[in-house]
Amino acid sequence: MLALFKFSSLTAFLLAALVVSADNETNMLTGTCIVCHGDSGASAGPAIPNLSSMSPNYLMGAMLAYKYENKDDLKQAIDSDDDFQDVEAFTRESTIMNRIAKGYSEAEIKAIAKYFSEQKLYFAKQSHSQENSQAGRELHEKYCASCHEGEGKSSEGDSGVLAGQWKPYFLYSMNDFLDGNRQMPKKMKIKLNKMIAGSGKQSLEELADYYASISNSLE
Amino acid sequence: MGNLKRRNFIKLGGISLIAGGAALGAPNIVLGATRKVVVIGGGAGGTIAAKYIKKADSSIDVTLIETNKTYHTCFMSNEVIGGNRKIETLRYDYEGLKKHGINVVHSSASAIDVDNKKVVTADGVTLGYDRLVVSPGISLKMAAIEGYDEESALVMPHAWKAGPQTSRLRKQLEDMNNGGVVIIAPPNNPFRCPPGPYERVSQIAYYLKQSKPKSKILILDAKDKFSKQSLFTQGWKARYDGMIDWVPGTDTGGGVTSVSAKEMIASTDFEDFKGDVINVIPPQEAGLIAQSSGLADSSGWCPVHVDTFESSIHKGIHVIGDACVATGMPKSGYAANSQGKVCAAAIVASLNDTQMATPSYVNTCYSLIAPDYGISIAAVYRLSEDRSKIASVSGGLTPSDASPEALRREVQYAYSWYDNIVADMFS
Repeated sequence: MLALFKFSSLTAFLLAALVVSADNETNMLTGTCIVCHGDSGASAGPAIPNLSSMSPNYLMGAMLAYKYENKDDLKQAIDSDDDFQDVEAFTRESTIMNRIAKGYSEAEIKAIAKYFSEQKLYFAKQSHSQENSQAGRELHEKYCASCHEGEGKSSEGDSGVLAGQWKPYFLYSMNDFLDGNRQMPKKMKIKLNKMIAGSGKQSLEELADYYASISNSLE
Repeated sequence: MGNLKRRNFIKLGGISLIAGGAALGAPNIVLGATRKVVVIGGGAGGTIAAKYIKKADSSIDVTLIETNKTYHTCFMSNEVIGGNRKIETLRYDYEGLKKHGINVVHSSASAIDVDNKKVVTADGVTLGYDRLVVSPGISLKMAAIEGYDEESALVMPHAWKAGPQTSRLRKQLEDMNNGGVVIIAPPNNPFRCPPGPYERVSQIAYYLKQSKPKSKILILDAKDKFSKQSLFTQGWKARYDGMIDWVPGTDTGGGVTSVSAKEMIASTDFEDFKGDVINVIPPQEAGLIAQSSGLADSSGWCPVHVDTFESSIHKGIHVIGDACVATGMPKSGYAANSQGKVCAAAIVASLNDTQMATPSYVNTCYSLIAPDYGISIAAVYRLSEDRSKIASVSGGLTPSDASPEALRREVQYAYSWYDNIVADMFS
């Protein structure tokens, strides 16, 4: 009886092993990403963003925007797949991701997005100015916190996770939003313009230091 | 998950398991014998293969054989030559890999006993393996250039393996007078890091422009075209106009064929050129162990099945990185990383009698023309339908009309790429 049990569990295991696990397929794909974006999407370099714990919709939106580049193609790709129904069709310019994203299928983009969304939030180890981060906290509360909840740690509502993000990358992104090289939600546009009008471009540095300080306060 | 299941299963032990397993043709798993993988070479390919085999299945015994206790990355070493970076920032050790449970043996592999599946090290240690990964990088064919050898390489550094040679070339540039001539002699294809000689030219030009502006750089090329050529040419014109003279292979008659270290002369078949600093980059072939073990063919490089990187000459041995012929992919650090991961997946699948995941490969190469001027080439690759070729499915070069801001960012992305790839290799 016992021997029979052993044999059947052996058979079950060996049969299962003959099928490639989804994890192996995903690891193969993400193995090509982490050379630049870091193990588990925790980037070791300040210009390249952490991807860990971003929402799947956010990550799929970014990859699709790089892949399709122009608004019409992007919109069509999103509209033609139910899995993308909550993805915003925001275009964004890039130096290299537009060349790379075209090499991945929609199904692969979904798998890659799922993987990085499930990784633990990484707080980049970086210095920050105390003075700036205090000013940044006030700016965050006033202009950003209603969408970027929990000190920017939350990805609720598919907003970008800001806490612990690398400062240089954060500043690239904010400048791209302001220069029109990256589209943003209407609400964000209004708030961002208000912030710049009220506090000047210096406010971006202060916000960057604030989100960097979230990482340090948890060390 | 797979690991856990397997381990629990082995713990059950017992004769019934062995009988059942043998019937299903999975002796490795069922006997519970330790599976051994030996990796030769702790560079961009070998470190990754070792680490990712261990990550995928910690029950596999992995030994990495590497001659040096510290490793200098070739990538970013041109910045040392240009003076923007200290050589120490390229130096890594193997302590991080040991933490993954990888045995690191600091010796050189002197022979592979293909029939008995054993590697012999220079210290006389014999290591048996079920699978062997050979990632030895390149060996320089110094004899291809008359008058060039280990000794004259001290006078005319190649600096094509990072370390003392890199520092030596840097020192010579520092010692050169304003108005001196720097000669660079790049080899014919294929060779390690196709854009490398031209990034080096850019880095040297950057230094000379700041410190010795009357100096000139003469490129005596073996080839008529080179990687990222139009982008380099555009960058040189924008930043170092009149300083760099590139002589193509047609005009050099195939490049530098002989040198005199005593007289500081590099000669083509047509002409002798006198230089104050001469950087000879000799033709290359797969690393020595690949030659002596018969893994290389008459081309000097190692043919492989590109879906698994298993040698098409010797079964059970995989060759990755610069040494292999990964048709479609260049000989770069990123390519070696990508190949290391595909090879690791193939080996783990084979040792566990499972099917490997669909191979996916990427390459990205940044070249730094100036501290605020970076360019890149990128590609995503897939295995062709018949599994015989690695075909590019997307990618391309930095656009020629890229904005100054984009070129500035590419430099910062290059630095961050570097931070991430060395973390992937060594931690």
